[in-house]
Amino acid sequence: MISTTLVVVTGLAYLLLLFAIAWYGDRRAAQGRSIIASPWVYALSIAVYATAWTYFGSVGRASVDGIWFLPIYLGPTLVMIVGWIVIRKMIRITRTHRITSIADFIASRYGKSSLIAGLVTVIVVIGIVPYIALQLKAISASYLMLTAPADPAAPLAAARWWQDSALYVALALAGFIILFGTRHLDVTERHEGMVAAIAFESLIKLLAFLAVGLFVVYGLFNGLGDLFGQAMANAELAGLLRFEAGAHSDYLFSQWFGLVLLAGLAFLFLPRQFQVMVIENVDERHLKRAVWVFPLYLLLINLFVLPIALAGLMFFANDGADPDLFVLSLPLISRHEALALFVWIGGLSAATGMVIVEAIAVSTMICNHLVVPVLLRTQRFSDRTAGDLTRLLLNIRRIGIIFLLLLSYLYFFLAGEAYALVSIGLISFAAVAQFAPAALAGMYWKGGTAPGVLAGLGAGFGLWVYTLMLPSIAKSGWISGAFVEYGPFGQAWLMPEQLFGLSGLDPLTHSLFWSLLANISAYVLVSLWSRPSAREASQAMLFVDVHQRAGGAQPVFWQGRARIEDLQRLASRFLGAARTAALFDHVNGQTAPGARAGEADARLVQQVETQLAGAIGSASARVMVASVVNEEDLELHDVMRILDEASQLRMYSRALEEKSHSLQQATEELRAANEQLKSLDRLKDDFMSSVTHELRTPLTSIRAVAEMMHDDPDMPDERRQEFLDIVVRESERLSRLVGQVLDLARIEAGHAEWHNSDIDMAAIVDQAVASMAEQYADKNARIEVSGERNPGLIRADADRLIQVLLNLLSNALRHLPDQGGKVRVDVGDSSDGVTVSVIDNGPGISEPEQAEVFDKFRQVGDRQRRQGGTGLGLPISRQIIEHFGGRMWVESVPGKGAEFSFFLPRQSAPEITRAAVDTREEEPRP
Amino acid sequence: MKQALVQKLLALFCLGWLLLSFPLLKLWDHPVSLFGLPLLPAGLFAVWALLIVVLAWLMEREVG
Amino acid sequence: MKSRILIADDEPNIVISLEYLMRREGHEVSVARDGDEALEMIQREPPDLVLLDAMMPGKSGFEVCQAVRDDQRLAKVKIVMLTAKGRETDMAKGKALGVDAYIVKPFSTRDLAEKVRSMLADPA
Repeated sequence: MISTTLVVVTGLAYLLLLFAIAWYGDRRAAQGRSIIASPWVYALSIAVYATAWTYFGSVGRASVDGIWFLPIYLGPTLVMIVGWIVIRKMIRITRTHRITSIADFIASRYGKSSLIAGLVTVIVVIGIVPYIALQLKAISASYLMLTAPADPAAPLAAARWWQDSALYVALALAGFIILFGTRHLDVTERHEGMVAAIAFESLIKLLAFLAVGLFVVYGLFNGLGDLFGQAMANAELAGLLRFEAGAHSDYLFSQWFGLVLLAGLAFLFLPRQFQVMVIENVDERHLKRAVWVFPLYLLLINLFVLPIALAGLMFFANDGADPDLFVLSLPLISRHEALALFVWIGGLSAATGMVIVEAIAVSTMICNHLVVPVLLRTQRFSDRTAGDLTRLLLNIRRIGIIFLLLLSYLYFFLAGEAYALVSIGLISFAAVAQFAPAALAGMYWKGGTAPGVLAGLGAGFGLWVYTLMLPSIAKSGWISGAFVEYGPFGQAWLMPEQLFGLSGLDPLTHSLFWSLLANISAYVLVSLWSRPSAREASQAMLFVDVHQRAGGAQPVFWQGRARIEDLQRLASRFLGAARTAALFDHVNGQTAPGARAGEADARLVQQVETQLAGAIGSASARVMVASVVNEEDLELHDVMRILDEASQLRMYSRALEEKSHSLQQATEELRAANEQLKSLDRLKDDFMSSVTHELRTPLTSIRAVAEMMHDDPDMPDERRQEFLDIVVRESERLSRLVGQVLDLARIEAGHAEWHNSDIDMAAIVDQAVASMAEQYADKNARIEVSGERNPGLIRADADRLIQVLLNLLSNALRHLPDQGGKVRVDVGDSSDGVTVSVIDNGPGISEPEQAEVFDKFRQVGDRQRRQGGTGLGLPISRQIIEHFGGRMWVESVPGKGAEFSFFLPRQSAPEITRAAVDTREEEPRP
Repeated sequence: MKQALVQKLLALFCLGWLLLSFPLLKLWDHPVSLFGLPLLPAGLFAVWALLIVVLAWLMEREVG
Repeated sequence: MKSRILIADDEPNIVISLEYLMRREGHEVSVARDGDEALEMIQREPPDLVLLDAMMPGKSGFEVCQAVRDDQRLAKVKIVMLTAKGRETDMAKGKALGVDAYIVKPFSTRDLAEKVRSMLADPA
């Protein structure tokens, strides 16, 4: 045995540790740095599914029924396979409507009906009390086992109630849960600290169970092979490893199917599962990993169930040891007390985890769906001037927790001894499975109505009470078992476990069959028979189509008039001042379009209602909001109209989004085009300004000298002659300039005419040199031609090329020294095309000036030598060469002359190619 | 992409349901041992593990 | 009394005509071919009046004008700006830099002679 003090102190220390984790989790949540924002923590918190029932009861069941403990875990595994579809939708709906519990979920779907919420809550309380009792029983029994003085197989003495450890466990847990789940004045549906503690507990119970499993397999036996080998040698034990373990029935497979289905449905709708899986979910994406991690957890924690059960049966043969406690008795009997203590802590984790979450979830339901609706009818609640009610709500929840645990203790005290753990748990499972038709169909079928739900739940729950609950109470001896044995009033066809003579099924499958059949039939038939109210219809659409309505496009099913002030006062009573301020922060000072100052629009009313729903449930929130606003009844056609408007709005906003997107794109393009135009405009402006300047300069000379000759008849003849020369030269310069400006403009605009033919470049060079010969001779400059005398033909405009060469030659001439000036024109031929260079021995061009020499009006070098140049010759030449796909460049070393070159490709533009094909023949050289 | 995932999950669900119920379950139900392990429990756990692996593969492959 | 006039322009034919015009008016004329030369000549031997081309190689007319106006010793030098770019902005720029008169090319020789005469007669 282990000393009582050690066990109690260890247990309390463990609870304190849990509390510390929860406190830390809450603190971090308040700072906005959640410690539960991880898919792993989320998956572990879902593992609250594995309760004391799993921890102790699975082994118990396996030792009687073999592999039949498994369907309870296969069901949730199958559900998790479609969890990404079903549970994600539940999360989305719950988040959108700030739903607080499974009762709220169902009630909200069917028009926020207080009646449905209340009925679901009652079913939950009645159905879940045995389940919590089961946990109390487990804690108490495992504690007794651990501290029992003698042989662990000895029957446990029934204690008087004040000596009963289970009572103190229940009270301690109640206190703990109150500290845990209802510490904050802030009434929200979320509890981050609790989730952190639950995830931690899941980890502990898994480790503890794996530890005892490994101990049994490798400590007490020599591995799995040894253990199973010994077991299979025993005919009775070998039978446990077969499908028909224990029982023989024609309906075995129906029972198997029934258990898998039952576990799957219960997994979805147990209040604590809904709490951790849906309400406490912080991020939808966490579900993605949790859907496989959680089944893996279940697999791991069940891995050693069968070995432990077989080992227990072999160790304790037929001495009456409780199979539910094999996990403890095996380490204890082999004197591994530390392991036993650890295993007990694991069991404590499993049990407390379940009780904590279940109690918080169910107390919230009791508060929101049973107590608040009653209080709503009292003066204090409906009085608009009443103060902050958050403290009252918390106190109601605290009382709810104590009430629930005391009720569970009562059940444990009265009926607990009659059943093994697993049987108690399955009764609870069958109760919550009744929510499946209303909740699941509600998410996918818009036709379900509130009357249908009431009829279905009523019928299903009634049959559950009659076929499962009452017989279980009868078996505990608290009511006469006669009606079970012979049927009420001796009517055999009404026997609870063989209703209408249906025999052969075990009581659970039998009850499940009849209750779900009645439930589904009533739900569907009454739903089809009844007309949904407008509010039901609107909620149905919001639930079923939740994925289609993300964000602000949610239609708002409300019409009427409300004052912001009233809503604000209402909110502050339930949410507290701080959250109310935050809620109204963004609406203050702005009025909805079309509304009068101080009036709330429908969206604000809905926001307030949703926030209130998070505190007191959707049905109560609906009633409270309705009490302070002036609302108009919603008819079915209003719902349709609002839905229409919403979808139109969504369409408009999508169209608008597209429009504004393309508009933005167009604006971008326009801006770019405008920039380009502006820069072109600037260029044109500069060009015009330059042209003006260049035209005015010769005009100035002409006008000045002409005026002076006119005013001065006595001017000497030689002076007059000099002035006339100026007039002539400057006039020539003017006309050249005008011609070139027009030419350049034509080329740049693409209006120039080009007369292409096949050209022998050497001939062109000769022609140009010949026409410049006289001018060169005048300045005593030599000009010569060198290079290829027989280059390949080029397709181009001969006149234009002559123009280019003349430009280059006269340009060179202007810069030649007065004595010994020399220009050489070189022709080079390659397979690509022809290169022509004009090389002078003038002063050359500095590097920076080389870069500018082809710019318009950019004349470089000595001013005196530029006489007669227009500053357009080189730019025009380059344009011409580039027109034929060639390029023009300058190379120069200052002081050693300059070399202007251009290259013309043999074939470039398509038109040239085409023309070249037509006239490919040797042209005689001139 | 998303729709494809939904369809695969539904298919896996049906497969799991079939593998874990009658009559396929009957296939494992023989008094034989495999590597020293009884066939029925070993088979059940193997099918279970297989479903989890496929599910994990499907979910983790999906990005975002 | 002969006034001394500096002609600063890079266009030879314009220089020829201006030189002839100013000599005929009876002034003593010197010539600069670019902005740097003009500024140097003004500083060395301040003339009474400068006929300053706005666009010259080296320093532009505007730069020369600014340098002259920055120098207290050259306060008496009158500046007539000649430009082929008759844009409003150029005129405003000239005015701001302290140009005394602004003549747009091509100009009337009679008007120019008259302007120079009146500016030289004005003691300020």
